[in-house]
Amino acid sequence: MTRDIAVVAFAQTDHRRTTDELSEVEMLMPVLHEVLDRTGLKTADIGFTCSGSSDYLAGRAFSFTLALDGVGAWPPISESHVEMDGAWALYEAWTKLLTGDADTALVYSYGKSSPGSVRDVLTRQLDPYYVAPLWPDSVALAALQAQALIDAGDTDEPALAAVAARSRADATANSHAQLRGSLPQGEYLVRPLRTGDCPPIGDGAAAVVLAAGERARELCERPAWIRGIDHRIEAHSLGVRDLTDSPSTRLAAEKAGAFERPVDTAELHAPFTSQEVVLRKALRLDDSVRVNPSGGALAANPMMAAGLIRIGEAAAGIHRGESDRALAHATSGPCLQQNLVAVLEGDPR
Amino acid sequence: MPEVLKAPLAVEFPFTRSLGPVQSAFLTGLRERVVLGVKAKDGRTLVPPVEYDPVTAEEIRDLVEVAPTGTVTTWAWNHEPRRGQPLDTPFAWVLVRLDGADTALLHALDAPGPDAVHTGMRVRVRWAEERSGAITDIACFEPYDGEPAGPTGHSGEFADAISGIVAFARLDYTYSPGRAQSDYIHALSERRTVGERCPSCRKVYVPPRGACPTCGVATAEHVEVGPRGTVTTFCIVNIKAKNLDIEVPYVYAHIALDGADLALHGRIGGIPYDQVRMGLRVEPVWTEGARYPDHYRPTGEPDAEYDTYKELL
Repeated sequence: MTRDIAVVAFAQTDHRRTTDELSEVEMLMPVLHEVLDRTGLKTADIGFTCSGSSDYLAGRAFSFTLALDGVGAWPPISESHVEMDGAWALYEAWTKLLTGDADTALVYSYGKSSPGSVRDVLTRQLDPYYVAPLWPDSVALAALQAQALIDAGDTDEPALAAVAARSRADATANSHAQLRGSLPQGEYLVRPLRTGDCPPIGDGAAAVVLAAGERARELCERPAWIRGIDHRIEAHSLGVRDLTDSPSTRLAAEKAGAFERPVDTAELHAPFTSQEVVLRKALRLDDSVRVNPSGGALAANPMMAAGLIRIGEAAAGIHRGESDRALAHATSGPCLQQNLVAVLEGDPR
Repeated sequence: MPEVLKAPLAVEFPFTRSLGPVQSAFLTGLRERVVLGVKAKDGRTLVPPVEYDPVTAEEIRDLVEVAPTGTVTTWAWNHEPRRGQPLDTPFAWVLVRLDGADTALLHALDAPGPDAVHTGMRVRVRWAEERSGAITDIACFEPYDGEPAGPTGHSGEFADAISGIVAFARLDYTYSPGRAQSDYIHALSERRTVGERCPSCRKVYVPPRGACPTCGVATAEHVEVGPRGTVTTFCIVNIKAKNLDIEVPYVYAHIALDGADLALHGRIGGIPYDQVRMGLRVEPVWTEGARYPDHYRPTGEPDAEYDTYKELL
């Protein structure tokens, strides 16, 4: 049995460097209300709820259970959580809808990086035997990848700066973005990456509603149909991988049907400028494709939400009639270790 | 808006991890200044070695010694070392393919500056003075212009191989509890307990978390509750908690403060532990300078009727 499943609504916070005055659920709840309001649904109408978050970011144990306060989980709802970006929560919700167990799903994710030091926090996801004891932070690992790309002749520092400039210029049209407009490329953070090559650190949340078949058409004038979605992972040992390529992205894209017809838009989850270079290569994107009209993760990178936001932004472009076929990508782990690709389409106009 | 509350929070834990046979041989080898790799199914020698083939996921156990010298495959200059990193002076992160290996190992390279580092440069292991069987037994790499060092011919068998490691981790946070809990804590500092009412179901939550978990809407209306309340249920604690200066046995109870629709937790004192009962009426006992009640004690009122608190259990 196959079912057509679509993203029918998307909402996100304004992403900010700090949100001291808000708890996680206080930050998240307005986004949940907004996304439900767009469809006219109430919590009780939702068939399945799935979220993505990580307690390590804000140092709050079981914060995802507190976040459920914002959903209204009584009488008990059908619910699940992944300790991953919300894009993977969306994948789980998509499979749930495919089974026919539910016709609608609420997917949300959030991350508050401001209470901690995210560069250090992310070292805790690394191999605990050989790598984590060295505390290599997320910028350092991305810088190793960037240097490998420069050595391979795939990019250079001016080209990376151009990715940064384009992303933040495009973000001027995105009121939710954290970094917008013309910004200096800055000093080296970890050479060859400068501050401009790195994503902003901040807090934020996002939510989407999925619906199947006719339900999607009732809830949204132009649903963003998920034509394919797949995710793949590479070996965890950095020294085993070719850091200048992303075979996992390419395979996920192939399985999602991305290469069957060209897309007009791609929302890529490339927190570092150099990673956009890798993804463009893996996904065979040429200049005819609009890449990250939202500004992408270089403009706002709320951890655990930035990948879901890529799917949401791609879908919202279809909802607005600005895009007919879009690719959305999400990543997780160091140097694009794990990658998810979704292909979204609107009905012909 | 009241001042945003903040407090330092350190999350610290020693992870005790057991090792597989390949990891054990590799880390024990480092202790003995021997670098071991493992043969993958495709014939490559993987360093650092893993328990399972990265392509086929088969168990791999064929250990091979490689040289402590090698070649940088990529690098990144870290001018501002962070806590826990291998060197506390500026250094290069490097991936190094050791002579005899087909994959690269992540570590630090001690070099005078970025101009002294390039992909393809030759380096060798600088061993730590004290070694225990950990990746940090390699202190770092250092530039090297000699011939590839030859393996010592080690078999990979060790008489006293390590079977586990203890990895310390510490993350520092600045905790802020958010709007609703900040309001609650501010009120507590005036010895008042203030909950929040759900605009939809009208329940009063104490302590408030800013959202009604039943309705999924924001709570905002402040409602002062208590100070007296009713024990709805309780348990008798017989095991002394670490760092807690309270004699056991003692009673820990759910207490529904008058006007609240959710019970909070508190210790019951001023009454023998075996006389605490459901329905017991209690009031908070504050100590000088405390920001929350030390415990609750009986008020002397008659017990509450079961029907008055049965919805709060």
